[in-house]
Amino acid sequence: MAEHRPSASIEAVESGLAAQGYIASRQIATAVYLAQQIEKPILVEGPAGVGKTELAKAIAAWRGLKMIRLQCYEGLDEAKALYEWKYAKQLLYTQILKDKLGEVLGGAATLHAALDQLHDFGDVFFSKEFVEPRPLLQALEQTAGCVLLIDEIDKSDAEFESLLLEILSDFQVTIPELGTIVAVAAPTVILTSNSERDLGDALKRRCLHLHIGFPEQKLEERIVESRVPGISQTLRKQMVGFIHEIRTLDLKKLPSVSETIDWARVLVLLQATELGHEMVKDTLNVLLKYEADIEAAQPQVSTFIAKASRQGVFG
Amino acid sequence: MRENLHHFFRAARGAGVRLSPAESIDAMRAVAKVGFSDRTILRDTFLLTLAKSQDEKKALGDCFDLFFNQPEPSQAAPDDGDADDSESGAETTESGSDSDAGSDAAQDLGPLAQMLLSQDRNEIAAAIANASSAASLSDIRYFTQRGIFSGRILDAMGIQRLRDDLDDLTATNPALAERLAAALDGLRDTVREAVSQALMLYGREEAENLRNEILRNAPLSRIEPRQVEQMRHLIRQIARRLRERYSKPRKRQRRGHLDVRRTLRRNAAWGSVPFLTAWKRKHRDKPKIVALCDVSGSVARVSDFFLLLIHSLHEVVSDVRSFAFSGHLIEVSDILEAKSPEEAMAEIMAKVGFGSSDYGGSLADFEKQWMSAVTPQTTVIVLGDARSNNLDPRADILRRIGERSKRLVWLNPEGRMAWGWGDSEMPRYSTFCTVVRQCATAQQLERAVSDIVATYQ
Repeated sequence: MAEHRPSASIEAVESGLAAQGYIASRQIATAVYLAQQIEKPILVEGPAGVGKTELAKAIAAWRGLKMIRLQCYEGLDEAKALYEWKYAKQLLYTQILKDKLGEVLGGAATLHAALDQLHDFGDVFFSKEFVEPRPLLQALEQTAGCVLLIDEIDKSDAEFESLLLEILSDFQVTIPELGTIVAVAAPTVILTSNSERDLGDALKRRCLHLHIGFPEQKLEERIVESRVPGISQTLRKQMVGFIHEIRTLDLKKLPSVSETIDWARVLVLLQATELGHEMVKDTLNVLLKYEADIEAAQPQVSTFIAKASRQGVFG
Repeated sequence: MRENLHHFFRAARGAGVRLSPAESIDAMRAVAKVGFSDRTILRDTFLLTLAKSQDEKKALGDCFDLFFNQPEPSQAAPDDGDADDSESGAETTESGSDSDAGSDAAQDLGPLAQMLLSQDRNEIAAAIANASSAASLSDIRYFTQRGIFSGRILDAMGIQRLRDDLDDLTATNPALAERLAAALDGLRDTVREAVSQALMLYGREEAENLRNEILRNAPLSRIEPRQVEQMRHLIRQIARRLRERYSKPRKRQRRGHLDVRRTLRRNAAWGSVPFLTAWKRKHRDKPKIVALCDVSGSVARVSDFFLLLIHSLHEVVSDVRSFAFSGHLIEVSDILEAKSPEEAMAEIMAKVGFGSSDYGGSLADFEKQWMSAVTPQTTVIVLGDARSNNLDPRADILRRIGERSKRLVWLNPEGRMAWGWGDSEMPRYSTFCTVVRQCATAQQLERAVSDIVATYQ
């Protein structure tokens, strides 16, 4: 499991992720493979709940790496994402070292001489000891490499994006007082976005751009199979078919893969073997998150179940 | 293959995917890792490295399919060398290999004639591909170049020799000549098709740019019906560009004074030594726009586009109220917001459009009912030719509107020369306006609206 070197082929990526319970489409596997081969971050876009964050977790688990997660939000800045000076510690040390300072400077007769001696002293207080590493810096410091997940980058401000550019292109950070810190081992970087805000071109061009949409029926069945092992085959086929029908409706929030999995779990809990009209109506709130959506879907339920069962027979 | 990749990148640019050299380098690095053998993986690789959005992915995917359906010239490269050789020594080599053409008279025909008579599709396709790259078909940009490139390709394939052959044959072997002539027609069609396809791949962007450039500077009032849809598209593009430019988070507020309270609180942890400073932020006006559109017969089309632009801008300017008038004035904000542009325009036109304009009456309507919509933060835009059919212009109302608002902008689709002539009241109105501009083309419209939005940044 603890395999650090880049995987040999796209198939290896696919099976490796599958072993962690993440069923990847060909596109996703190709992206992960390329990201390792040419050392580029992946920018993952797509609707909520299709497994963008899961992808990062799966890669970390598969390659036995530590995952460092940075959740973005409006107002996130350098001090919270990259590094900060430990002001309090600096202050405390100056207090403690006051007497020592007196000793050092004691020999100096004039202000000039004292200043010269201070210069020889160097910038003790702006050294690595006093830097508090935040997620991004932590990721660069991992000697074994890591998976860095920058989650929901679209929630952050445009300024923060610019801050990321240096890390994304060269895996390094410049701290004015210390100089440039280069990654020990290049981390695998995954950025996720729900496209709430258009990201800058500079950011996009540093990344591989992967769009994860709703999976195809076959793929989704495999995902359910790996995530909810106890589910019967007919039920699986029917429920995935049903969800695909639901997605054709014009809803406020379409059910995504995470809802599919939740629903599968619920159905297993209720010990269902087949999709029944009543049961679907009772559990529709697992799939749909808006009252208006549930109302819109209710009258269609019977037809969808019928369609899904027919597919189950012939498909 | 490298050459071929460059062609593909150019084709991708033509399809509207913005590619920088750095991206093409990335793509080449990636391709070097995955290889060419598997088309679907190659396609995925390009989609991942080059395309930066869903739309681009779709365009690039289509472009990929179109591009890699063509025969590859590099595959036939060795043949190319052979062809050159055989041209010089055609008489010696071809006499033997010609037996399958089935005719003794075909003995001393040129290579192209041989090829056509043998009807080997693959060979012909490869020859066309070679000739295309020799004629640098990928440089094609405009549809007017189709003839030139077809000619060049046929020249490169040796059509001159073929014509001579054809002349000789009509005298000696009319039946074979007929066959050859038919084959030549077929070849012409195939070449023309190849050129059209290349134009689709490489020329799309330029052709579109050219058309948009022409459209952008064409007088809005004189647009032909068939161009209206294109114009709408262009206006939407303009709106999108304005949105991109101005909807950037307006966070970069200029610093004001030091906020002592917040600074102290922030630095409480280290004994109120102010390591971190907090600043008061300067207040900035939220954009508010009130648009008054003349929709009388003479300027109806211009205001059509104008209303479309204003409402596409909704994401930048949250507070827009639109009014339309010719004889009298009504509010149309709701109609524009609820319906698709086409439906909305039709409805507005049905309600107040095409009448003869009465500026005085319409301004009076506005003052009576909606004057409160104008605040010191509002930009009022009036779009019209100020031709009031010799009725009372009521410039006094416009003065009051100007006094209440932040800015009063008048956009006039007529040229400055015409202002003040005939029943135009423009000079009288313009004294009360902050800005008066001519606004007859899409470009002028874009600049005008851009200026208006920019004053709030």
